[in-house]
Amino acid sequence: MGFAASAVPGFMASSALAQAELAVGFIYVGPKDDYGYNQAHAEGAAVVKALPGVTVIEEENVAETVDVQKSMESMINLDGAALLFPTSFGYFDPHVLATAAKNPDTLFRHCGGLWQEGKHPANTGSYFGYIHQGQFLNGVAAGHASKTKKIGFVAAKPIPQVLQNVNAFLLGARSVDPSITCQVIFTGEWSLAVKEAEATNALVDQGADVITCHVDSPKVVVETAAGRGAFVCGYHANQSPLAPEKYLTGAEWAWGNVYSNFVKSAQNGEKLGNFVRGGLKDGFVKMSPLGTAVTEPARKQFETTFTEIMTGKFSVFQGPLKDNKGNEVVGASQAFAEDAIELESMAYLVEGVVGSTS
Amino acid sequence: MEDTGLGLWGVPLAIIGGAIRVSTPFIFVSLGETITERSGRINLGLEGTLVLGAMTAYAVAATTGSTWLGVLAAMFVGSIFGIVHGWICKFPKVNDIAIGIAMMQFGLGLAFFLGKPFIQPIAPKLPSIPLGAWSDTPQVEAALNINVLFFIGAALALVLFWAFRHTRIGLILRVVGDSTDAARAMGIQPDFVRLVATAIGGSLAAIGGAYLSLYYPGSWNEGISSGQGLMAIALVIFARWNPVGCFLAALLFGGAGALGPALQSVGVTQGYYLFYAAPYVLTLIILIMTSSPNRPLIGAPGALSLTKL
Repeated sequence: MGFAASAVPGFMASSALAQAELAVGFIYVGPKDDYGYNQAHAEGAAVVKALPGVTVIEEENVAETVDVQKSMESMINLDGAALLFPTSFGYFDPHVLATAAKNPDTLFRHCGGLWQEGKHPANTGSYFGYIHQGQFLNGVAAGHASKTKKIGFVAAKPIPQVLQNVNAFLLGARSVDPSITCQVIFTGEWSLAVKEAEATNALVDQGADVITCHVDSPKVVVETAAGRGAFVCGYHANQSPLAPEKYLTGAEWAWGNVYSNFVKSAQNGEKLGNFVRGGLKDGFVKMSPLGTAVTEPARKQFETTFTEIMTGKFSVFQGPLKDNKGNEVVGASQAFAEDAIELESMAYLVEGVVGSTS
Repeated sequence: MEDTGLGLWGVPLAIIGGAIRVSTPFIFVSLGETITERSGRINLGLEGTLVLGAMTAYAVAATTGSTWLGVLAAMFVGSIFGIVHGWICKFPKVNDIAIGIAMMQFGLGLAFFLGKPFIQPIAPKLPSIPLGAWSDTPQVEAALNINVLFFIGAALALVLFWAFRHTRIGLILRVVGDSTDAARAMGIQPDFVRLVATAIGGSLAAIGGAYLSLYYPGSWNEGISSGQGLMAIALVIFARWNPVGCFLAALLFGGAGALGPALQSVGVTQGYYLFYAAPYVLTLIILIMTSSPNRPLIGAPGALSLTKL
């Protein structure tokens, strides 16, 4: 098998060869070129593939059922995988937990789960990123682009990570113009092409002129919205090739950095973190390059906010903040830092978001 | 309510627009299945044919740049799948329902396998007719921007309705479907008629798939169909094997499916999971209301294995 080391300038092949070959497994719930969630992870896996001394095993379209346990078992027993990244949310409980208990020498790092010390096996762990910072920046671009002062969000399920994104998108837009409202439509599933298209059409029909989403594959939303003449902000991966004239920017994952750090630690025999989180400044999340439709004032405010977030001191959720039922959710003097654990259990939509969590 | 939005008027508009946008795959699959079932066979594999058709159409359109070539290729592949189903089912003691399920899984697997390199490329879209050009409301314009396949489907429903009653081919199809023995006595070869009927059914289902990937939502990926092929087979029973009934049932389903997103967009946000179940609840209600314990299903072909169970 060809070592990728020669392809990486600056790496000494001898040191690479000295390390033991590490087999790393990646499991995706959908196709790995879906312009979305799975593509973002697969791009991360591709970065790992280029590291010296690593063999990458990938499997896609693995359901969140006992299927993923079989995939993990075969990666461990047949391919000798020592580190596994089962990337879909629903893999964690019970599938990763069950497989990890049976294979105490294999390391499991799961995307998005809430790993808890004592409750979950020590060879498991979770990682995730503060991508709501990216949705806040999407909101800044959207706030400048919207003429109707109404923006739209196609969301899959009302879970905390999705609600954070919906709220952050609106708050970003309101940092430009406090009169903006955001309409959210929940489709109820992570991947439902026709319903996502219907939801996008319904949003545009009601006057929303900038659309973003949180579904597994934003391709349909991006193409439908742009087809109706609305601007779009991307999610998960860069969708600008799908709508080059309407694409403002997008909140993307930068899993390549995260996976490389995990793999390098494993190669050096260091202990891997069990609860790893990071945002824009940590290189967990990145923004798509600004599109041609972004105006100069928009670019300026986008860059100012971006710089502020990069200091690590910026709070997307700062008081006073009410939910859209009128209850106070963040006190007047309160501000949640990016790593505030309260954010991971968010169950409300903020004032200005039209929609309901149930 | 902002003056840019349509407000509550958006709901009926979304239902009409949704009925037109979403119904086309249902129309083609259910018309195809009607032809097959009228000949006395049931082909449950059309979900697989639909997805394979979607993949084929997208792949051919992306490679050649011609959407109609894509539709033709899908029809060809769909008819091959129909022929395989029809050919296997002519052997004695082969159950057409079991073969259908096997063909469905085979079609899905084949489409996912061969479709891998075509998820990323962008294919051209099927043309639509801007019937809403008279309106100065962009929402109405968008809703009435109707794809040509919808009209072809509507015309096909009428033609089939007429042909089943008034043409020689239609009568042969119905004789075979109602009684294999009677057909044999008349010198008709039931297996051949069923083979052709299943092939036509498959090619029509594949057109439904081409609509999904080349028009709405207009992209190829492995989650493109959310069970439209299976729902359309249920629609055939719901429509009592009547082509015009299939067309109307497809419209009803499309419209009911648009209800959920439309209601959320005007601020009726509570209980959207319930609204999403609307098409299925509607089917249940109508099936219960129109069923009777005293007589068999009206319009059911007599030789259909469904009615013999």
